[in-house]
Formats: sequence, structure tokens, C-alpha cells
Amino acid sequence: MSDQKSPVNWDALEAKPEFRSLVSRKTRFIVSATIFFMAYYLALPVLVGWFPELMKTQVLGKVNIAYIFALSQFLMAWIIAFMYVRKASAWDKEAAAVIKDHH
Amino acid sequence: MSITLSMLAEAAAQVAAQPKAGSPIALTMFFGFVGLTLLITFWAAKKNTGASAYFAAGRSITGWQNGLAVAGDYMSAASFLGISGAICLNGYDGFMYSVGFLVAYITVLLVVAEPLRNAGKYTMADLLAYRLKPRPVRAMASLSTLTVSTFYMIAQMVGAGVIIEKLIGASFHVAVIGVGVLMLVYVVFGGMLATTWVQIIKAILLMIGAFMLSFLVLKHHGYSIVNFFDSISAATYAGTEAAKNLLEPGLQYGKAVKGPWGPTDFLSLSLALVLGTAGLPHILVRFYTVPDAKTARSSVVWAMAIIGIFYILTTFFGFGAATILQKAQILSDGKPNPNMVAPVLAQFLGGELFFAFISAVAFATILAVVAGLTMSASASFAHDFYSNVIHHGKENRPGQEVKVARITAFVVGAVSISIAIYLGPSVNAAFLVGLAFAVAASANLPVIVLSVFWKRFNTTGATAGLSVGLASAIILILLSKNGPAFLGHPFPLENPGIVSIPLGFLAAYLGTILTKRDPEAEAKFAELTVRAHTGLGAEKAVAH
Repeated sequence: MSDQKSPVNWDALEAKPEFRSLVSRKTRFIVSATIFFMAYYLALPVLVGWFPELMKTQVLGKVNIAYIFALSQFLMAWIIAFMYVRKASAWDKEAAAVIKDHH
Repeated sequence: MSITLSMLAEAAAQVAAQPKAGSPIALTMFFGFVGLTLLITFWAAKKNTGASAYFAAGRSITGWQNGLAVAGDYMSAASFLGISGAICLNGYDGFMYSVGFLVAYITVLLVVAEPLRNAGKYTMADLLAYRLKPRPVRAMASLSTLTVSTFYMIAQMVGAGVIIEKLIGASFHVAVIGVGVLMLVYVVFGGMLATTWVQIIKAILLMIGAFMLSFLVLKHHGYSIVNFFDSISAATYAGTEAAKNLLEPGLQYGKAVKGPWGPTDFLSLSLALVLGTAGLPHILVRFYTVPDAKTARSSVVWAMAIIGIFYILTTFFGFGAATILQKAQILSDGKPNPNMVAPVLAQFLGGELFFAFISAVAFATILAVVAGLTMSASASFAHDFYSNVIHHGKENRPGQEVKVARITAFVVGAVSISIAIYLGPSVNAAFLVGLAFAVAASANLPVIVLSVFWKRFNTTGATAGLSVGLASAIILILLSKNGPAFLGHPFPLENPGIVSIPLGFLAAYLGTILTKRDPEAEAKFAELTVRAHTGLGAEKAVAH
């Protein structure tokens, strides 16, 4: 890239143990969060589509399981976002340490 | 996508008991909004120096600003008008769109926003072309971007024409041309900076409108949530229909209504919603407008807060409309007209002034979305196709790329206006929106994910994934019940995602493992990984 002053040895940076460990922890979080949220989210159309009678059960006054489960998806999305952002700000510091010689 | 704009055909017809179009207050609000956005464009045009200013607003947008702009770019007329109508008419199944539209942002947050900002420059293809052979990958990615953006834009334009015709009384042609010209003024003169601020203002107006509508609905139910849910579990459309529990699923996609394939179609739609968003080019380019990946991340969080609140509020003005409005008020030619539910509700609860305000919000919504679409389409053509495919990445003269983008914006605008007018108000716009989401999920998302996470991924895999995803989504939609009659509608689902998304991934995978390894691409994986995770060497913000 044109804004690089001196050539960066990308392979050396990538091979640093602390970078490898950062990437593997990040990837593990992203993969498990993705599996969880996809399963939680797709459970909604599956339950609503194939088990409608169960989902019509009223639990809070007239409010049924279907609506509560749908509303919980919003909460689920916000919680995952919150967890990710908290972890990511710690990762930012580790990433900055990996490339500190290049700034 | 059988809700959203699907009933636009009917919208053109007269609607019973509807507010009269073209009231002086409505016109004043429309022109007020247009005047304000033109001032912003004038201001932005003076700041537009250089490609990074034009394509990426100088990368100087802050986190909350970009969060609002992402929300403004994303919540289309289909979301606001279409979803409130769908919930009012189909209850719970309409609310499922609201859920999918928010959950989709987890993918954006976890997988695409930061690597894209760190490794790219102006377009989605920048990330894909990073370690692969740029010309074939960019050509395919550009084709996919233009397909998604154009289909999406025509849908918005047709919707705009019909809605504006109803709201201020301009004819369909005048409305489509008016929207098209305004959008071109923003994009051609104001670039990404003007587009961003139009989207921010629109998002704020939309949230104000949504809160006010929800408040008035709750007030109608004596400020009692319990009363509110009691009413919607026995919604009678103001006493004009037999009571129906709108909280129960299945009114649109249930087996009883839609036949044996209904639930599968619903699942397929959910998949396209949740995976399509992270592949929508006009959303992705927004992450280039912020200074760094950390700000890109915080802007997704802001967007998730705003979008989430908005879609939860659809509970009030969607379900609520079914307890307040009569069926006669939301019918046109005897058929329900989902797009007019929110404006009619506004008029009923808040009078002429509030109706004018909600109409102006709908107008602002359309403009902000089409401006974002034109911006991403023209950036992709200029940057990916013109500069990199035709000129091998070397810009002949400084400023050439911006010039080409401005010309492309004109062409894209003119083509969309012409097609929208040619198709007329009766086109099934939902068909086009569905196509856009399906292509984004089936073609774009697989290659974005694999290029970031899979070292072995190569050029053949990327072009195979893009082309198979693009083709299978289009072919399956043409073979569905929304396709042309002469094909015989053999595909039982309206939403192709459940088949075309796995096909996109499979083609990308097979294309890679069946061809020989690409040592160059694998060697550059280390560089891409370091860049994506650390931001080293990422494009910097320009100082103003």
C-alpha cells in the first residue's frame, strides 16, 4: 500500500505466537457465537412452521410463546453484540501490541 | 418477500376513505425536506475533493453518525410501510421480517464489518480481490453488486412512484422522475458525504415518526400494554371483522394458508434475510466511511440499537393498526393495501399534520435508500470494473475514477428510472427485493466469508461461488410462482435461499478444491489476516 513507509514483513507478523493465539481465540468466539445465534434464530421459523400449536400457548396474559420467542431474538442479538464488543476492545490492545514496531 | 411492496399494484388505485393527496401541509413538509437535503448536498460538494472524499466521505464519519446512516440506508420504504402493513394484515408472520432484519446484523458485526474496513478501500470486491486474481474476481463481484443494487433500486423506485402519487398527488411518472433526479443530485454532486447526511436525517425522522405513532397507539389503548395485547389477540379492525388473534403464527405462511411448502418457504425467507444483509453492497460500503475498524464496529452497534428499537416498535403500529383502523380504510379495489396502513393510521390518530409528517418520512426513506444504492453501484463500476478490470488497477489521470463514478451514477439512475416507468406501478416489487436479498446471500456472502477464513480459497472458487450463487438465485426465482407464466412455476418456494445459499457455498468450495492450489493467494493470506485483525496498513481518514 502506498501509505506504508517501510515494507512490512507480513509473514513474520503472522507467525508471532501472540498473534496466532489472538486470531485463534477470536475465530473460536466468532464461530461459536455464529453457531449459537443461527441455531437460536432458525429455531423460530422451525418451531413456528412445524409446531404452531405449541407456539400459540399463551403464557403472559394473551401473549403467547411465539411472540415472546420472537422478542427474545432482539435481546439475543443485543447480548451477543455486547459480548463481542467487550471482548473486541481487549483484542484491540493485543493487536496493537503485535504491530507496535510498525507505528 | 410476498409482503413489503407486493401490493403496489393495488396501491395505484383509489383507496377508500383515504386522506386526500396533495394537502398544503404535506407539500410544505416535502419541500422543506428537499430544501434541507439540497443545502447539505451543496455543503458536501464543496468538501468533495479526491476519490476518498467522494467514495468514502473522507473516512471521517463518526461511530454514531455511521450507525444512524446504516440504519437510514437499510430501513427502506419496504420496512416502514411494508412491514407495518404486513403485520396489520397477517399479524405475527409479518413481524418475522422485523426479527430477521435485526438478527442479520450479528453477521455484519462478527464477520464482515472490520475485515472489510481494514483490508478494503471503496467496494466489497476490494476484500475479495485482495489475495486472489483481481480481474475475474472484481468483474464477477461488480456484476453481482450491480445486479443486487439495480433490482433493489427498481423496487424502491416503483414503490416511491406509487406512494408519492398517493401522498402528494403527483402522477406515477412525475414521482419516479422526481425521486430519480433528486437522488442523482445527491450522489453526483454530494457523493458519499451528502448521501450519509441524507441517511442520518432520514433515520432520525423515521425514529421520531415511529415513536410518535407507537405512543398514539398506546394512548388509544389507555396507555395499557395489557389492554393493547388483549386487543390484538382479538383484533376486529375497529369492529368491522370477526375477531382474529393476530399474535398467532401461520396467517401468512402456515400450512393451512400456504400449503405444505409454507413452513419451508418461511425458513428459506428467514435464511435469506439473516445472511443477505451482510452481502448487501450498499450496506457494506458504509463501513469505508469511518476512520478505522473500531469505529466500524461501534457503528454496527449503534445501528443495531436503532434498527432493533425500530423493529420492536412495529409491534405497536403494525399490530395496533389492526385494532384501530377499519378494513375499509386499508383496502383498495377490495384488496388490502399494506403500504398505506402507516400513513392512514397516522391520519386517524394524529390528524392532517401528522399524516403530512409520516408522508414526508416515507419520502425521505425512499430517497435515502436509493441514494445509497446508486452510490454503491457507481462506486463498484468505477472502482472495480473501470479502474481494475479495464485499466489493470492503474488510474490514468487523477480524478478519473470519480468522474467515471459520476457518469455511472447518471447511467444507473437513468436506467432504473426508465425500467421503473416501463414496468409501471403494477410490477411485483417484492419479487425484485426478494431477488436482491437472495443474490446477496447466495453470491456475495459465501465468498466474503471464505476469503477471510479459508487460506486455500482461490480465484476459481471465488468466481464459481459468485456466479453459481447469482445464477441459482435468479433461476430459482424465475421458476417460482413469481416468475413468468411460460416457465410453468415448477419451483415450489417463493424464496430460493434455502437452496441457492448452500449452492453458493458449495460452488465456492468445489471450485477451490477441484483446481490446483494458488501459492500466491495462500502466501498473501498471512498479509490479509494481519491486516484484517490489526488494521495495519488500512486506508487512513483524510483530514479536512
